[in-house]
Order: sequence, then structure tokens, then C-alpha cells
Amino acid sequence: MPARPKFELKPGPATREAFGHALVELGRENKDIVVCDADLSKSTMTAFFANEFPDRFFSFGIAESNMAAAAGGMAYAGKIPFIASFSAFLVNKSFEQLRVCVAYPKLNVKVVGTHSGISIGEDGPSQMSVEETSLACSLPGFVVLCPADDVSARALVRAATIHVGPVFIRTGRPKAPGIYPEGTQFEIGKAVEVVAGSDLTIITNGLLVAEAIRAAEALEAEGVSARVVDMHTVRPLDREAIRRATRTGAIVVAEEHLVDSGMGVRIAQAVAEIEPCIMEFVGIHDRYAESGQPFELLDKYGLVARDIAATARKALARKR
Amino acid sequence: MHTTPQQLSAIARRVRRQIVEMIGAAKSGHPGGSLSAVEIIVELFYDAMRIDPKNPAWADRDRFILSKGHAAPALYAVMADLGYPDAPPDQLNTLRKFGSVYQGHPDVRFMPSIDASTGSLGEGLSIGLGMALVARLDARPWRTYVMLGDGEIQEGQIWEAAMAASFHKVDNLVAIVDYNGIQLDGFVKDIMEIAPVAEKWRAFGWHTIEIDGHDWAAIHDALHEAENTKGRPTCIVAHTIKGKGVSFMENNPKFHGMAPTPAEMELALKELQ
Repeated sequence: MPARPKFELKPGPATREAFGHALVELGRENKDIVVCDADLSKSTMTAFFANEFPDRFFSFGIAESNMAAAAGGMAYAGKIPFIASFSAFLVNKSFEQLRVCVAYPKLNVKVVGTHSGISIGEDGPSQMSVEETSLACSLPGFVVLCPADDVSARALVRAATIHVGPVFIRTGRPKAPGIYPEGTQFEIGKAVEVVAGSDLTIITNGLLVAEAIRAAEALEAEGVSARVVDMHTVRPLDREAIRRATRTGAIVVAEEHLVDSGMGVRIAQAVAEIEPCIMEFVGIHDRYAESGQPFELLDKYGLVARDIAATARKALARKR
Repeated sequence: MHTTPQQLSAIARRVRRQIVEMIGAAKSGHPGGSLSAVEIIVELFYDAMRIDPKNPAWADRDRFILSKGHAAPALYAVMADLGYPDAPPDQLNTLRKFGSVYQGHPDVRFMPSIDASTGSLGEGLSIGLGMALVARLDARPWRTYVMLGDGEIQEGQIWEAAMAASFHKVDNLVAIVDYNGIQLDGFVKDIMEIAPVAEKWRAFGWHTIEIDGHDWAAIHDALHEAENTKGRPTCIVAHTIKGKGVSFMENNPKFHGMAPTPAEMELALKELQ
């Protein structure tokens, strides 16, 4: 039976925009939510929250370390602080504060990185975050999320708010193709099968879910039935979804992150524990990118449907 | 003042003895910076702060953050003396040992009555800032006190927090710098000069008071002045003596991070009779 995408891709807003809107909605429902930003509120979209709830919005200036530790203080005092900035600055610059002032006392702080990956585009490598999934996943107790589109981003920001404990949410700058119908339910730690398939499984998240769906369509034309799984929660991984993936006999992990420190290696560890299986990886290989339009960069650095399909063929060849 | 200086001095002596015994028993720790902080911590916990040791989770309690977390023995000795439920006096000498609630640096997982886990220098003032912003947002009366080491203010994050606290006008936040002049590698002036300290805090917009950090009346008055200062946070630059109270530890960089030998401990306890 040929694989068929369950969802039609349509143009949609960026996941950072979804975050900004979700925050306002949640802010209306829960007075304990406070929001901190480091001079990027117009880009992280926390400005929506700041406009509606100026008393609960705190400007920290360009000082991410202080912001992250102060959020720890707010959580100690009973609030649910959201801190936002570009992923590259938020996680890298305040990693130590996330460690000692958030993760170690296991505080209820929500860390939202925007402009993640290389798809920030024109700003170039100093603003590009290709390491932070690895860093966030290294912190005990942290939940790490990477939503693919507007609907899932809004749902996961809500789920992160309800979850008691530290959460990192990885969002992107460019408009993200809409994948899920309004109202789709998402649960932290529960992956979503976006395309059914049985010959191999492509596990991905974020912006690359849409690319993986396109790759599955290309493979379908060749008679290959590729499953696509949106692993929106990188920590904790959905081990049942990984177990089911091993039963297809080949797994391709695709992510907009350094390939040797992101989700792929974490899934490989789970696969090694669950059931050994052929695996191939799509990601950024041991280098920094450059300026350009988001999709020019995704194309050059090997992160588009063509690359995922080619890697899938390689995995299938090893399987046979 | 609810407690007389004579009573406070007796408490301080008790706390100092305890510090020496704890670190001696642990065979590691930081006696110098624990001893220099004693009067300030005692004055806060026995006089200035609105706290209820029997009800440590009281929402409106004043908060204390020991940003110089290596002075934990001083905090533990005071908390045990005051009868906090998670600070058993008979276990003080298990400091730093496996299974002890008295961890090497303050840890809320083991002692929930402590207001923040600390130990990595430079971070406590930011935590205190977050707390102070919440108290103001919720229109609650509680105040936040953060104790900093002098070497600690070499950390850049301290100045991020200092800038943000005056910008946000958190007058319910007090920083106290334990200015004992010594850090691990030697005298502060030789490792990385921080002077002029008071001028720096003033330049960052803080109401700044310089005092003798072993003088009860001076500490009391400075904390009182901080409470009456509106529109900006207060920094108390407390000139102290590293190793205060034990002659051979005073002003001796060796005792920043070294436990006394059994013989030294005996001598020290004799001096602290």
C-alpha cells in the first residue's frame, strides 16, 4: 500500500509567532505567567504579551545570563516565568545559569529560543543556533520541545505551561508550512505519525517535518513506503514510537542541528537500547553556515526533501 | 532592636565555634569567608528579617540568598540554632559528608527552608532580583537579601543584575558585600582589583552604605536605612575580616578554603570560648 500524507501542507506562520500568540492566550488564563525578554521582544514575539500585560513583562536588556537566573528567582517565588531570546543567545550565553539556577533546583522556568537553526537566514552564523538542542538535552530534568508548525507550536507552548518543571522550546524564524489541522492534540513525549509507511521511518521535527513529508511523497513515487514521525519532544524521547520505527527496519533522523550532537544521536542511543536497526542521519556536518535566504541555506547544507529522500535510499540499500 | 548586642555577640560566638567544628569535622570547607560573614547573617536572621523558623514556607517571609554559597556553614549553624525543621543541630558535624542535609553549598533539595540553591558564584543577585520583582508585582511586603563575596563581584553577571535592579527600581532588594579582601588565590587586590567598590554600586544606581561588617549597630542601622530607601535597591558594603574571631585565621588567605587541623581546631575553639 503506498504511503499517503495525512496532511496537506499549506502556508503558515512561523513557530515563534505561534509562541507569541499562545503566550497572550495563556497569560489571560493564568495570572502566574510572567515573561522576560532581552531586547528582542519584537522578534521573539513576546511583544504581544508585553502589550497586553505590561506589569507581567520584564525587560532585561541585552543580558541573558541575568535574565535566566532572575527567572529562577521568579520561579522560586511561585511564578511561571517564560524567558525568550534567539536560541543562539539564550541557551549558549546563559547555559550556566540554566544549569545552576533552573535545572539543578528543578524550577518551573520555560525557556523559549526563537530563530533556531540556520533558517534564521541572512543574519549569519553568529545568530544561528545549531548546538542548543544538545545543550538543552544535557540538563537533567529539562523537557525539550521542537514544534513543526503553528498548530503544534501553540499546543506545545500550552503543554509546556501545564507541565511543572523546566522546559526548552525551540522555535524558528521563517514561516513554517502548516501541517496539522486546527485542534490537533499534542502531548509532551508522544510523537506524531504524520505519514504512514512501512519500508522505513523518517524521524524529524521542526521545519524539517514538511521536508520529510515531501521526501516521503518522492519516495512513494518510487514505490517506497516511508513513514514520517514528528518527534516534537526531543527529551524525553517517545521510546514506543522509536520501537515501532525499528520494526520498519531502517530509520532516518533529519534535524536542523549539528548532526553529531542533536536528536539523531539521542535516538541512536534509544535504538541501541531497544532493538538495533539500520540508521542514517540528516543534519549539519561539523561546520558553521553563512548568510542567505532560509531555504537557500537549507538547500546548501543538505536539509531539504531531496537530501532526506537520498539518505532514505541509502538506508534502504543497506536494509536490502 | 529585639536582641541586645550582648545577646547577638553570644550567638555569634556560638555560631563561630560551630563553624570551626563543622569544617574541622568535614576536613574541608571554607572557614575564612564563613567567619567573616557571621555578624551580618546573625543580625539578619535574629533581628532584621521577618521570618518564622517554625514555618519556613510562610509566603510573606523575607528571603535570604547566600550567593557566596561557600559560606554555607555560617548559614547552617544559624538555621540550626534557630530551630528550622530541616536543620538538625545534632547533625551539623555531618557537613559535606555523604547523606548529610548539610551539603557543601546550599541545596534546596536537601534543605527546603533555604531560599535558593547557590554555589556557582555571581548568580545569587540575579535570583534575588527575580524574587524582588515578584514581591513587588504581587504587592507583598517581603524583602530579599543577597549576600555576596567580594571576589564574587568580579563575575560580570553581578553587574548585569546590578544594572537591572536599579533600572527596575526594586527597593525591596538589598545586596550585602562581605568585603573581607581575600579570595582563594590570595588578596583580592592581587588577583583582580575590585576597588572602588562603593563607587561602582553607586554608579550602577544603588543606594550604597559602607559599614564595619562586625559592628552590630552599624549593620542594624544600614539594614534599617535600606528599608527606608525608596525607588532604588541598597548595597551595603560591609568591611569585614576574613577568618574573624580566630587569630591565626584572620587575614590569612590560607584559610579561605582549608579546614583547620585537629590541633588548629582545638586552638581556635579555645579562642572562641
